[in-house]
Amino acid sequence: MSDVEEIGPQGLGELKDKVARIIEEAKRQGATASEVSVSLEQGLSTTVRQREIETVEFNRDQGFGITLYLGQRKGSASTSGSSEEDIRQTVAAALAIARHASEDAFAGLADASLMAREQPDLDLYHPWAISPEQAIELALACEAAAFEADPRIRNADGTSLNTHSGSRAYGNSNGFIGAYSSTRHSLSCVMIAEDQGQMQRDYFYDVSRLGDALMAPSAIGQRAAQRAVSRLGARPVPTCEVPVLFSAELATGLFGHFLAAISGGNLYRNSSFLEGALEQVLFPEWLSLDERPHLPRGLASAAYDGDGLATYAKPFVDKGRLCSYVLSTYSGRKLGMPSTANAGGVHNLFATPGSEDQAALLRRMGRGLYVTELMGQGLNLVTGDYSRGAGGYWVENGEIQFPVQEVTIAGNLRDMFRQIVAIGSDVETRSSIHTGSVLIERMTVAGS
Amino acid sequence: MSELLLPVAERLLAPAGLGLDDLPGLLGELAGPGIDAADLYFQDQVTESWVLEDGIVKEGSFHLDRGVGVRALAGEKTGFAYTNAIGREPLRQAAQAARSIARAGQTARVQTPADVAFAPLYGAQNPLEGMSREDKVALLKRIDQATRALDPRIKQVTVSLAGVWDHVLVVALDGGLAADIRPLVRFNVSVIVEQNGRRERGSQGGGGRTGYAFFLDDDRAMGYAREALRQALVNLEAVAAPAGTLPVVLGSGWSGVLLHEAVGHGLEGDFNRKGSSAYSGRIGQSVASPLCTIVDDGTLADRRGSLSVDDEGTATQCTTLIESGVLKGYMQDKLNARLMGVRPTGNGRRESYAHLPMPRMTNTYMLAGQSDPAEIIASVKKGIYCASLGGGQVDITSGKFVFSTSEAYLIEDGRITAPVKGATLIGNGPEVMTRVSMVGNDLALDSGVGTCGKDGQSVPVGVGQPTLKLDAITVGGTGA
Repeated sequence: MSDVEEIGPQGLGELKDKVARIIEEAKRQGATASEVSVSLEQGLSTTVRQREIETVEFNRDQGFGITLYLGQRKGSASTSGSSEEDIRQTVAAALAIARHASEDAFAGLADASLMAREQPDLDLYHPWAISPEQAIELALACEAAAFEADPRIRNADGTSLNTHSGSRAYGNSNGFIGAYSSTRHSLSCVMIAEDQGQMQRDYFYDVSRLGDALMAPSAIGQRAAQRAVSRLGARPVPTCEVPVLFSAELATGLFGHFLAAISGGNLYRNSSFLEGALEQVLFPEWLSLDERPHLPRGLASAAYDGDGLATYAKPFVDKGRLCSYVLSTYSGRKLGMPSTANAGGVHNLFATPGSEDQAALLRRMGRGLYVTELMGQGLNLVTGDYSRGAGGYWVENGEIQFPVQEVTIAGNLRDMFRQIVAIGSDVETRSSIHTGSVLIERMTVAGS
Repeated sequence: MSELLLPVAERLLAPAGLGLDDLPGLLGELAGPGIDAADLYFQDQVTESWVLEDGIVKEGSFHLDRGVGVRALAGEKTGFAYTNAIGREPLRQAAQAARSIARAGQTARVQTPADVAFAPLYGAQNPLEGMSREDKVALLKRIDQATRALDPRIKQVTVSLAGVWDHVLVVALDGGLAADIRPLVRFNVSVIVEQNGRRERGSQGGGGRTGYAFFLDDDRAMGYAREALRQALVNLEAVAAPAGTLPVVLGSGWSGVLLHEAVGHGLEGDFNRKGSSAYSGRIGQSVASPLCTIVDDGTLADRRGSLSVDDEGTATQCTTLIESGVLKGYMQDKLNARLMGVRPTGNGRRESYAHLPMPRMTNTYMLAGQSDPAEIIASVKKGIYCASLGGGQVDITSGKFVFSTSEAYLIEDGRITAPVKGATLIGNGPEVMTRVSMVGNDLALDSGVGTCGKDGQSVPVGVGQPTLKLDAITVGGTGA
């Protein structure tokens, strides 16, 4: 709408000025230190279903947040407002909280000497000049390809094209200020297959910083259709203990759980089964997990972390051994360790890929469950106990036999990590975690 | 006129120099050719939270979100835009964007707004200001210290307090006008215990559409803490849950997550209009055991899932979904009701002005049956008793759903024996509901902690049920 031009590199100066003004206001009101983030985002989401437009949504969000300190006491406030009055009131609200919070010896900004000095351009901003009409055309083409792919595709649950761009600035009273713009575009297709009274749905999507880099709409539609159709006739299998192959798409979640278990926040709260596991060998020796924060166009790339520290490439797991936790300035202080520049999370994680493709992994598995769907949140991070609803395919003699649903898979993450037999070459790239399919030696499958 | 209209208009419209009289003119911007329905949703929401951990009140936050969502509908098409700036010009631009989905057709007349009749179910007071900051901090500290004093095995205590004060004003092209002021509070305690090197967590909380004094009544806050500790200690002794298909008894109250997942979502109007639900086209058919009568009731006073009026300006109601096993009706918002030729049921809800409304649950529960809960347990030779659940999820198309246990026990020869570790249970909604073989006389609603996610939108909900027995469902443990 009126101030669209603010998003993008040309508007970053203004955003940084706003950060500086808010930090100044916090100082004026009596804060001893503060950190501020300001964001501005806009987007277009169009959904079609059954060959018709379903929704056209225009998103536009703005806001800022401040965390400020009175000595060792801390308060935070945020708003979607943007006026000078909003700034005054939000700062005042944060201060009122800080006055009542407890002294926390570990609270406070990172040392000025540690702040990022350089902010490499990570090539994250590629606005897509696409009109709602063009977006609808692409979504319709995607869905049409899905309907054409198989006569058993009888219904659709929505095909969406989303394009978003945004700018973000972060600064603190220790002299750091950073800003960047980024874009994110995606096309997703959800289809419903029907046969012999059973309905199954499945989806496929692609996401990228660059609109032109998305998979062809027809290819996305076809994959969604194939996946839905391949689930028809799904049934439970008897309860058993077998090897389990996690598709690459879901294996990202396994490593996501691992990152949560080695993150400082869970460690200092005594809430992780990996507390005290630093330097232990948790994975097979051939497996490493490393962070590459400066990956050009990466979905989780960042030049600096949530505390303003320069991000840097490093392994968390080296040859199977846990060599670093995931720490922010605060959680690092709580654990008596330096920050790993991971305030706000891990910026692109890579698992060592193997040389075997998915077919080879199925052959290696022989007999077991190939999991392509997980349901529920059945993970206890305190103990590592894992039990989730699953769907996928039963495998015998290294080949898919029939689709499976209504089973659970269960184990303990510590055992599961140690029992990783292989990682496939079929690396998932639509996630901030890059991994191939993961074959686990043995899990309990509960079914009929 | 509803007594809420003036204070809500004062907060939402007056700062932009607008008043209730300006609403027809603003709606007129939306009333282009081909537009069947349209609405404006003004919202101002303030939120706070306070967190205590490591024995100190470490964090507090305050958030103010304000804006207006503008929606235009043409047939099955929806155009939507929103703005954080409430004012004539931003509204005009948002309206232009939203109505761009319709190209041709009749122009609907703007009906003169008339306010929708409904009875307020909760007070309009600001919960954030119902207790001083000193008292909020003191409450958190008191609960922390009293909890730590209960048992030397406690390693960590986390206590949090959160409140929301929400003002909404919705005005629709069809003349509907409604204002609501919605309080919502929540208190949570999480405890980590350690014994012989083994650690477990327990957590409990509650809340509703009321003020913080709720947590002081009957010392509820400390009740949550005791319950969290009890659950954590039980789990310290837990053995592996069995793997396989077994009879399962679900305790009363929060276990109603079962109904929310196995039945509730599948009965939301949008999925049924689209024919994507396992329950589509099955009104009048038997979809559950005759022991099951399930309702969605948005009209319970002070409940977390309740609304006096929904986000489209329809008064909420108690909708019978399943009566003695027979499917009676779906939950509807205006769009799906119009397209399916039925009346809206007051289930049109949205996370905020920046999200589109859709059919959502309020408080979903099963009515009490005849059986004594003890008799239900005694009827099971080998199975599981689930006293408390974690979250759940459903695939409404295939009907598959899951929920995970957070406190469960083995039942052996009709007696509750060893506690078992958390496990996920999985079933198919329409199938599992036919296997409800006993329903207890102990209906209870949950303590007010539920949040439901759908299409990326979160809304507060309630669940409830009596103790009930499922003859068979798959239990995802690792044991024999």
